[in-house]
Amino acid sequence: MIKTIDAKGIYYKQLNDKILQAAEEGADKIVLENVNGQRYIGTRVDRPVEIEVKGVPGNDLGAYMNGSTIVVRDNGQDAIGNTMNAGKIVIHGHAGDVLGYAMRGGKLFIKGDVGYRVGIHMKEYQELIPKMVIGGCAGNFLGEYMAGGILVILGLNRKPEEPIAGDYLGTGMHGGVIYVRGEVDKTMLGKEVSVFELDETDNKKLDELLHEYCNDLGIDYEEVRKEKFVKLIPVSHRPYGNLYVNC
Amino acid sequence: MNFNMAVPEFLIERKKERCIDCKVCITQCANECHSFDIDEGRVVSDETACVNCQRCVVFCPTRALSVVNNPQQYKNNANWTAFDINTIYKQAATGGILLTGMGTDRNYPIYWDHLLLNASQVTNPSIDPLREPMELKTFLGRKPEKLVVKDGKLAEKLPPQLELEVPIMFSAMSFGSISLNAHKSLARAAEEVGTFYNTGEGGLHRDLYGYGNNTIVQVASGRFGVHQEYLNAGKAIEIKIGQGAKPGIGGHLPGEKVGLEVSLTRMIPQGSDAISPAPHHDIYSIEDLRQLIFSLKEATNYEKPVSVKIAAVHNVAAIASGIARAGADIIAIDGFKGGTGATPLRTRDSVGIPVELALAAVDSRLREEGIRNQVSLVVGGTVRNSSDIVKAIALGADAVYIATSALLALGCHLCQKCYTGKCNWGIATQNPNLIKRLNPDIGAKRAANLLKAWAHEIKELLGGMGINALESLRGNRLMLRGIGLSQKELEILGVVHAGE
Repeated sequence: MIKTIDAKGIYYKQLNDKILQAAEEGADKIVLENVNGQRYIGTRVDRPVEIEVKGVPGNDLGAYMNGSTIVVRDNGQDAIGNTMNAGKIVIHGHAGDVLGYAMRGGKLFIKGDVGYRVGIHMKEYQELIPKMVIGGCAGNFLGEYMAGGILVILGLNRKPEEPIAGDYLGTGMHGGVIYVRGEVDKTMLGKEVSVFELDETDNKKLDELLHEYCNDLGIDYEEVRKEKFVKLIPVSHRPYGNLYVNC
Repeated sequence: MNFNMAVPEFLIERKKERCIDCKVCITQCANECHSFDIDEGRVVSDETACVNCQRCVVFCPTRALSVVNNPQQYKNNANWTAFDINTIYKQAATGGILLTGMGTDRNYPIYWDHLLLNASQVTNPSIDPLREPMELKTFLGRKPEKLVVKDGKLAEKLPPQLELEVPIMFSAMSFGSISLNAHKSLARAAEEVGTFYNTGEGGLHRDLYGYGNNTIVQVASGRFGVHQEYLNAGKAIEIKIGQGAKPGIGGHLPGEKVGLEVSLTRMIPQGSDAISPAPHHDIYSIEDLRQLIFSLKEATNYEKPVSVKIAAVHNVAAIASGIARAGADIIAIDGFKGGTGATPLRTRDSVGIPVELALAAVDSRLREEGIRNQVSLVVGGTVRNSSDIVKAIALGADAVYIATSALLALGCHLCQKCYTGKCNWGIATQNPNLIKRLNPDIGAKRAANLLKAWAHEIKELLGGMGINALESLRGNRLMLRGIGLSQKELEILGVVHAGE
């Protein structure tokens, strides 16, 4: 059952009340029209549904989400997929800062550029492995404190000389992997990570993820794959192991 | 150079004529201070690793053991204490940050002990709580500006409230920093007495979901174990911004403490470091805090009050005002003497301010701004007894958080070595042999006993003042007098000096 909700001029709480009500009434797909900055879309639904967002959703889209799918036909804002456990969010435009903070599972696909502090403290647990793919470039502190999961940055359509990510890339990282399309300037890396070549397992994981990403966002997979990828992984799983002395 | 320049801090004294070589001390000491000397055929001790936890002393069946401060000290020096000298030796040997546990043991003023309570004499009768009703019930949460009553009933739904039978809750201690048996003890005691314990930032163990009606779940910067079911498992959610023992810095549970159970509860792989960043990186402002508060309300369908816990720091009053305006239902303020499982020594001993001053400043500020009804205030950080609680309530608190007192009830001897994971009392450890030392049935009984005893004492003190409901004491600073305080201290506390 598909349910359409007009979000024009209504506050986020009322919009999310309506989304919850639609889910409770059995809607499998909910289409939101005229969305304009309403926060926490998808947070309150208590069972997996598909939500299509027309317009620009507000911060914390899909926060704590546990299995739903959200497709945004426009740009997104900050804190998308905050502490997300499972599900999928696809953004057909650019997105803001602090995306996927402490994300534990699910997928977050962004077609365009993203802001600062994206993928901070992503972590993984048993079968839950969070995956984030950024089509464009990122700001500073991408993948800070990363403890698990897969973060891919493609840098598509970037200008010559434009860095693919800002400074302190992977700073404090102690788990998971970041795949970067193209070369990485080592001066922008956090001191806890190093650059490595991809092995067979990496390529298999990346192929699978990129096929899905390109398919969802209408991007030419072959074009994306033309350029070489490198991977960033932490040099130590215990970056602060020898920091302390017992008093 | 591995040579240890420090003189042992303690001496283990073994009375030869009493010791029966039963080896209880050997099995009880996780620091391996005692051993059996085969050549001499007797039990001997080496105090190098002794932490003065008193476990062997208490368990010695013939009272043969005592642990005392080592009288062998460095040459007397008024500027350089043995403690100062030892810390330098340790840092010179390792280059490490000094790590410690529990709250500060430095000699800072305790303002509770400079406040005196009033009692009724002649002009109004005191009340005997043994024979007359006395109300300690406390509701925590946002109170509306006014009540709209229609046909004898409330016309508008009240914001969600926590209902406490006693104004005392067990404050946040994570599973990881303390054992599962310690958590079980506190959860059961909270259930028995009708109050709450707090999960801390380490998630909620499966065995404890059944205590949800007496649970506050915490969300900290690491977001460990935070998911939809967890958020809905308790009666309230607490956002941890900071804690008194280590304001402004994050947390770090070393990988060796992340065994199977901790891994399942925190939802991280076994053996991996659990790093809590210093800030929540999605909160850089009051507006951002509001966003997180309301994300949690959205995730729980606006059914649970959201608390925000901060360390008492210099600008605490302005910060609290911001938190209230950000939509928090409860503000928890942790004074600088609050305990912890692990903290850098210099942070613990020199960052933050006393909770008594912070509480008075926050309560005054929120009243001045006319927003005191919007939040409940909970304070912690050395609440040592029932009279501290009564004074806190009179200064403006709605309830208190206790943790060190609660652990003492479970058997903690304040050796301050929680971070080593070798807690001989089975509290701050995940070692399977040590955790068995704390029986949760006994622990729950002892923790509940403490709360019940304090509740009786609070009623006695209230009765003495001629007050029969805790609500009538809340923020009633006329019931307090200061003693031995400067004019400035009295001004901040909002009380007059004894005799005035």
